[in-house]
Amino acid sequence: MKTKERLELAHWVVNTAKTAGVAEAAVNIGNSRAVEIEYRDGQLDKVKESTQNSLNIDIYVDNKFSGHSTNDLRRESLSRFVNDAVAMTKYLTEDEFRKLPDPKYYKGIKDIDLDLFDGEYDKIMADQRVKYASDLQKAVSSKSDKIITSTAGYYDNDSESIKVHSNGFEGIRRTTSFSVGVEATVEDKNGGRPSDWNYATTRYLKDMPDSESLAKGVVEKALAKIGQTKIESGTYDMIVFNRAAGKPIYSLYGPMTGRALQQKQSFLDGKIGEKIASDKFTIVDNPFIERGLGSRHYNGEGMVAKKRTLIEKGVLKEFLVDCYYARKLGVEPTGGSTSNLVFEYGDKSLEQMIKNIKKGILVNSFIGGNSNNTTGDFSWGLAGMLIENGKIVKPINEMNISGNLIELWSNLVDVGNDPYEYSSLRRPSLHFKDVQFSGV
Amino acid sequence: MVPISRREFVKTTAKGVAIASIPFFFKANPLMALTTPGGDGSLQSYMDHFGVSETMIREIMSAAMDKGGDYCDLFFQHKMSSYVALEDDAVNRAYTNVDFGVGIRVIKGDQTGYSFTEDVTLKSMKTAARTAANIAQGIASGEIAKLGYHPTPNYYQIKTKWEDVTIEQRIPTIQKINKVMHESDKRVIKTNASISDNSAYILIATSDGRLVCDYQPMVRVSGYCTAEQDGKRESNGYDLCGRSGIEFVSSESLDRIGTGAVRRTVNLFDAVKPEAGEMPVVLAAGSSGILLHEAIGHGMEADFNRKNASIFSDKIGKPVAENFVTIIDDGTNQNVRGSINVDDEGMDSQKTYLVKDGILESYLHDRISAKYYGVKPTGSGRRQSFRFAPIPRMRNTYMDNGPHFVEEIISSVKKGIYVEQFTNGQVNIGAGDYTFYVKAGNLIEDGKLTKPIKDINLIGNGPDSLTKVTMVANDMKMAEGGWTCGKSGQGVPVSMGLPTVLVSSITVGGIS
Repeated sequence: MKTKERLELAHWVVNTAKTAGVAEAAVNIGNSRAVEIEYRDGQLDKVKESTQNSLNIDIYVDNKFSGHSTNDLRRESLSRFVNDAVAMTKYLTEDEFRKLPDPKYYKGIKDIDLDLFDGEYDKIMADQRVKYASDLQKAVSSKSDKIITSTAGYYDNDSESIKVHSNGFEGIRRTTSFSVGVEATVEDKNGGRPSDWNYATTRYLKDMPDSESLAKGVVEKALAKIGQTKIESGTYDMIVFNRAAGKPIYSLYGPMTGRALQQKQSFLDGKIGEKIASDKFTIVDNPFIERGLGSRHYNGEGMVAKKRTLIEKGVLKEFLVDCYYARKLGVEPTGGSTSNLVFEYGDKSLEQMIKNIKKGILVNSFIGGNSNNTTGDFSWGLAGMLIENGKIVKPINEMNISGNLIELWSNLVDVGNDPYEYSSLRRPSLHFKDVQFSGV
Repeated sequence: MVPISRREFVKTTAKGVAIASIPFFFKANPLMALTTPGGDGSLQSYMDHFGVSETMIREIMSAAMDKGGDYCDLFFQHKMSSYVALEDDAVNRAYTNVDFGVGIRVIKGDQTGYSFTEDVTLKSMKTAARTAANIAQGIASGEIAKLGYHPTPNYYQIKTKWEDVTIEQRIPTIQKINKVMHESDKRVIKTNASISDNSAYILIATSDGRLVCDYQPMVRVSGYCTAEQDGKRESNGYDLCGRSGIEFVSSESLDRIGTGAVRRTVNLFDAVKPEAGEMPVVLAAGSSGILLHEAIGHGMEADFNRKNASIFSDKIGKPVAENFVTIIDDGTNQNVRGSINVDDEGMDSQKTYLVKDGILESYLHDRISAKYYGVKPTGSGRRQSFRFAPIPRMRNTYMDNGPHFVEEIISSVKKGIYVEQFTNGQVNIGAGDYTFYVKAGNLIEDGKLTKPIKDINLIGNGPDSLTKVTMVANDMKMAEGGWTCGKSGQGVPVSMGLPTVLVSSITVGGIS
């Protein structure tokens, strides 16, 4: 099926649902082609290639709601699928808050090209893909004789998503993405086999960094872990390396959603306009970054995308409220999901931030742990480096940090100038004071 | 996402995962209209269901082996999922999902070529087979054996398949949980309840001659609530899970979910944080088996070992724990979430000893690793769906009973913690550091359980923690709730179990 046929099919499904008695319906049709390569220790390990389809329909009938998905896109199947879905929904309880977004929220879509589709995608050859993975694996394996094993991977996809709502929304979105990554494991005579990794994701293949710059640091970081141990429990300064900083930031996401607020599962309930973090914390949801991994013209409900500040100088400005929970809460919907999140960068490099620390821990990665949306309590495992008098001294692991998210974010004292590029969350390295570590 | 991460994890099945199927529309869907496998559960009914014949399968296999592959297999799957949920005291949402397709894998040495199609016509399947065939770059040489039916035992007999259960039968179950939660405690201000289930039919054909079919049911019933006391709020939940039918959802079990969710929630009002640092940890019988999943289970998956990337890579046959420690990964437990009648590459399910009387016994193998090590497969080759190639995975991982008693274990601890409810865990396979997150437990002071504790992470090193299992009681219990294990971008259902166990020292995330 081509785009035009898929669009026609989406309208046909909406009409089929209407004939079956629904008041409103929203249909999404997805189609994606993907290729995946793994190259390990000098040999091709795995090649995977496929195309897949999906159709999702949300139906609103007699004030009742349900959602259904299938990967069988034949019309005769879909006709029964929709009719059965409608029949099933009638057994549910009415919910006055369920309806499609008011069409006023569809209006004002920005007429700009976000440049999310690499037109060269179809020209990429099988050998070229393998070469990305093999070059990277070779670049890594040549860096140290302590490497036990290394694997590099290449992944790309060409995806299209079509959205049609019965009350007037129609959208088509086509994107490509490319990922290249590598992991290396090294020998530690004390028994462990520490590893590290690096990867990059881009919208255009030509934006992919070269193998050497991706390989750089991976082996170095894995080797630096040799001999890692825990140190004594205590309250220390903490720098979170940009790549790892997603954990503390994303921990605020759940509690900011309309569902968490309405279900009283959020420690941020009632805190709009209040200070929940230090002045150093400003984060913006920006859907309009060219080639951005989270860029979009409209959100999952078809609402027009807007740039917005969620937290400004530590003050909570806006929640993530979709149309359903907005009606339940009696507020205006703000959009229940985010696009590109950009944490406002500071002016110091990671090295300068390390220099400012007398005794502290540089967290290179968090491992496991969780946080409690209702109370803000958190506890995460970690690995990283001990810093003493402005210098990295030795590798540490098997330690936890624990506390409450508001207290942690209030202790954010510095923000780096080194945003992590390969994510829809662009975050720099972060320096927190007075963090409770547990170790020996 | 580049699928090469070795930071594997397990978590409790996400609350409110928005997928699920409709049961009764199963029969109306032409995909399935071919005929329902089932009734007799015969191989022929599965072949008819997927619309394939032995001749077609051989033709697809020939295309798959055309470039010189050593082996190939076809994995047909049809899965229907349903999720019905209650919020604000009304059963006001339902989600269903239908997934149908075939995955084709070709192996050359230890290299894998993979493709899948959602269109099970001969033409599409042959195209997918030719794509997978490209992992080999030579001429056809591998043999395709005569195909024969390979019967399996059934570790999950159920009375009614989920596609024959109506939404009207599901709705009262969650209404009951809701009622119990509200009646249990006046402090409860918000409630959620859900029932999710699925019905999966699989048919596997292997070039070494096996035709295997299986019906795989699953259900999870869950209650979750928020309570308020003196302006403070806490939330927690309780769920039951198994490869079972609707008969699993008894009045007694619904009561247990409702009262359990409320008890766990209101207990948190009195909870404190333990001190930070190393201390003895007593793991309660049941879902504490997460210790085994993270500390040893992943490290014993043979793909990591054949790649030399696991901390257990050179330890087979060596002592790794006290001689009363026996650890098992088992696919044959009746109606347990991680059980499988056959693995996803057609090998028999089995009970595999990872550690026997303290000695490291066996890895968990798929076909590739079993061949690499020259051992028999352990029935551990699993996949998330037809969209993925199988890799070695755990099933139900547990420890055998030991010589100690629960009271003896708790009273032996002067100052430590007792842990009982968990949300998630993770491990670095090579370095061996693992973690799991404790949602609830108690302090142990002078040999007695005292104040409740909440929201702390535990972290240790796998091989080190195994040597620190110093006492094992005789009350082995499987986890009741649903766990999903993630590895290389694939989630599979697992379970775990443990008798009450003392680990003499683990680093506890707490407050000094």
